[in-house]
Amino acid sequence: MEHVLGLVALACGLIIGLGAIGACIGIGLMGGKYLEAAARQPELMNTLQTKMFLLAGLIDAAFLIGVGIAMLFAFASPFVLH
Amino acid sequence: MATEAVETAIHAAPTPSEYIVHHLTHFNTLGEKQSVIVDWNVFNLDTIFYSILLGVIGCLLLWNAARKATSGVPGRFQAAVEVLVEMVADQAKGLIHSPDSRKLVAPLALTVFVWIFLMNAMDFLPLDVIPGIWAHIYGNLGHDEHHAFMRVVPTADLNGTLGLSIGVLLVCLFYNIKIKGIGGWAHELVCAPFGTSKNPIFALVLGVINLAMQLIEFLAKTVSHGMRLFGNMFAGELLFMLIALMGAAWTGWNATSILLWGGQVLAGSVWAIFHILIVLLQAFIFMMLTLVYIGQAHESH
Repeated sequence: MEHVLGLVALACGLIIGLGAIGACIGIGLMGGKYLEAAARQPELMNTLQTKMFLLAGLIDAAFLIGVGIAMLFAFASPFVLH
Repeated sequence: MATEAVETAIHAAPTPSEYIVHHLTHFNTLGEKQSVIVDWNVFNLDTIFYSILLGVIGCLLLWNAARKATSGVPGRFQAAVEVLVEMVADQAKGLIHSPDSRKLVAPLALTVFVWIFLMNAMDFLPLDVIPGIWAHIYGNLGHDEHHAFMRVVPTADLNGTLGLSIGVLLVCLFYNIKIKGIGGWAHELVCAPFGTSKNPIFALVLGVINLAMQLIEFLAKTVSHGMRLFGNMFAGELLFMLIALMGAAWTGWNATSILLWGGQVLAGSVWAIFHILIVLLQAFIFMMLTLVYIGQAHESH
C-alpha cells in the first residue's frame, strides 16, 4: 500500500510538472507574439487582447485538467482500497 | 460502543487528509463518497440544487434589468447589463452568420455566461460557511453531523460541467440538422474532411474514415469543453481548501499557529484576487466556445 501511495505521489508530480512545461512555453510564445503585434499596430491592441485571453484559457486547459486529476489522485485516490 | 468512541476520536481532530476528503465529498443520494468513478444511480443533490438556484437568480436579475429599462439616461445597473449584453451580441454577430439563428443563440450565450459566472462565483464564499450551516441543520434533523457533506460550486463537479457541454452539443446537432437538413448533414458526415471519390470501394473507405473523424471531433470538443471548466474550478477550489487547512491547523498561541494563520490570510487574499480573473475568464471562454461550435454547425464544406 505504501508502494502504491509512493507511486501515486510520483505520478502527481509528473502530471503537474510536465503539464506546466507545455502550458508555460505556450503562453510565453503567444504573449510574445501579442506584444510584437501590439508594437507594430497599437490600434489593434484591444481586439487582440480579448483574443489573447481566450487563447490563454485554451492553452491552459489541458494543464489544468491534469492538475485536477493530479489533485484527485493526491487526496481522493481511486487506487487505494479503504 | 468501542467503534463509537473511536469515531468520536477520529472526528474530534481530523487529519489534513480527512479534512480535505470530507470537503471534497458531495451531498449525494448515496450518503457517502462515491466508490466507483461512473455510477448512474448516484445523483449529486448539491450540484443540482445550487445550479438550479443560481440559474433562477441569474434569470431574475436579468429580467429585472429588462423590466426597469428606460430609454432615457440609464442607471448604473441598467448600464452594466447593457455593457454585458452588447459584448455578447458583438461576439455572436462575429461568429454566427445567420440573423435568424442569432435570435436564439445570442440569448443562449448570454445565459451561459451569466449562469456559469454565478456558479463559479460560489467559490468566493469562505470554505466552511455553507457546509458548516448545513452540518448544523443536518445534526438538528437527527443525523450524524460528521456525515453532512456539501459542495457549493456546481461547476467544480464534473457532472455539472459535462452537463453544460452536452447541452451545447445538443444545440449544435439541432443546428446542423436545421441548416443543412438531415440528408445534407449525413452527406457531410461521410464526405468531410477528406472528401469522397467516384470509385465505390474508395468512397466506402473514405466514408468510414470521415465518419470516424467527425465523431471523434464531436466527442473531443464536448469533453474538452466540459473538462476545461471543471479542471479550472476544481483546482481553484482545492487550493482554497489547502489554504483553509493552514488556518485549521491552529494549536494555540504559539509561533507556528500564528505564522500559519498569517500565511493563510495572505495566500487566501492573493489566490482569491487571482481567482476573480479565472472565474470571469472561464465563463467567457465557455461562452466563446459555445458560439464557435454553434457557428461551425452553420458552415458547410
